Amino acid sequence: MNVNCLIIGAGISGASIAYNLAKKGMKNIHVIDKSYFTSGATGRCGAGVRQQWATEMNCLLAKKSIEFFEHAKEILDYHGDLEFKQEGYLILATSKNEHEQFTKNVALQNRLGIPSKQLTKEEALKIVPHLNPEAFYSATYCQTDGHLNPFKMTEAYMLAAKRLGVTFSFFEEAKEIIVENHQVKRIITNKNVYDTTILVNAAGGYSYEIGQMAGVDIPVYAENHEILATEPVEKMQGPMVMSFSKNIYCQQVPHGAFLMGRSNPHVEKNHHIESTWSFLDQMSKTLVDIMPKVAELRVVRQWGGSYNMSPDRQPILGGTDQCKGFYMACGFSGHGFMLAPMTGLLLSEIILGETPSMDMTSLDIHRFKDQDIIHTEKSVV
Amino acid sequence: MRKEDVIICRCEDVSLKQIHQLLEQGYTTFEDLKRLLRVGMGPCQANTCGYLIQREIAKFLGKSVEEIPVHKVRPLVMGVPLKKIAEDQDDER
Repeated sequence: MNVNCLIIGAGISGASIAYNLAKKGMKNIHVIDKSYFTSGATGRCGAGVRQQWATEMNCLLAKKSIEFFEHAKEILDYHGDLEFKQEGYLILATSKNEHEQFTKNVALQNRLGIPSKQLTKEEALKIVPHLNPEAFYSATYCQTDGHLNPFKMTEAYMLAAKRLGVTFSFFEEAKEIIVENHQVKRIITNKNVYDTTILVNAAGGYSYEIGQMAGVDIPVYAENHEILATEPVEKMQGPMVMSFSKNIYCQQVPHGAFLMGRSNPHVEKNHHIESTWSFLDQMSKTLVDIMPKVAELRVVRQWGGSYNMSPDRQPILGGTDQCKGFYMACGFSGHGFMLAPMTGLLLSEIILGETPSMDMTSLDIHRFKDQDIIHTEKSVV
Repeated sequence: MRKEDVIICRCEDVSLKQIHQLLEQGYTTFEDLKRLLRVGMGPCQANTCGYLIQREIAKFLGKSVEEIPVHKVRPLVMGVPLKKIAEDQDDER
């Protein structure tokens, strides 16, 4: 089968890239996914969207993505409710050191037009009264950050792409990529053979393996990150509460449930996505510490999903001189959902040979070559 | 009885009509339906709707119920307050 572009991965990144390419006029785009709709990282994420970052590139990608989300329902002409809620992220500093780092972060964010601000403990308590005042030092807050339903947002992209002629096939897994003279030629799946000169690797946790099939070394790996959900209750918390030093993010979604996650510093690099007791143990203790009232709620469900980690915790976007026609949207390190509008726009511009909307040098895979100092994003859980 | 009056998922108030609408749109696994309708995300963890939905999928696809994959069962089996988990860890040791 001949296609102009084959995208591996129908999560939010793949769906957004497909939509943007089709909108720019590309025909005959096909998207494959090895499992069911939003089975990977997109459908397992914490459903938060934020602009409060410590690197300029992440700030810019996030800001422009939020601007898209604000009008996504109309732009994509989606019938459903995207559950977009802009009640902010409240990020706790738990020491004077962290407070000082956040002062720098907020200065960077403000310079880039992100309306974040630093709050005293008393100001933070006005926004989230059930915070334990003993558990933190100060906070930062950005009102335009918030919540978005990952399933609905991905469906919105997928349906809009389908209306522009893009086709999707689920339970179809890439098995082999044929490269001739350093140019993508053919992709063999468990169901089909595709002849194409353009291949997009949006395979999330499996991005490394897709790279290997094409002989491209991508410095990414997968690791399990766990989340739990509580029973739904009446609204009691507006913003996502987050702390890097306490290792937690926790928000009440519009449906009423609280979602909360944390990372395991000892997690192994692999594709496991099991739920563990130790996660529950650590999470419940952290919650009793910072928000004891929320800790009174019952856990109803827990799950895991793969972060696709890059060396500097920023995405790898674009092509590579290792293989022509091979494009990557991977290494999001846990933030692919919230950056998807820009992922789609930038990839479509690069693939079609247009000038990208922003300087892509620090997102290019070649940034890791001959570089002693990597500017790593530290504002991550 | 009208399809919109037949409640399939009691935790999230999902009707038979909503299930049929999504099946017709091409969402034909329990996992698809769960993500778009929240079936199985409530406190009963699909104990009530799991088999009912499996049967509707089978009917729609013209397959037998045994051929339809069951939903992924997630912990916990029943709701437990986070605070109890935090407190009881210390008692155990």
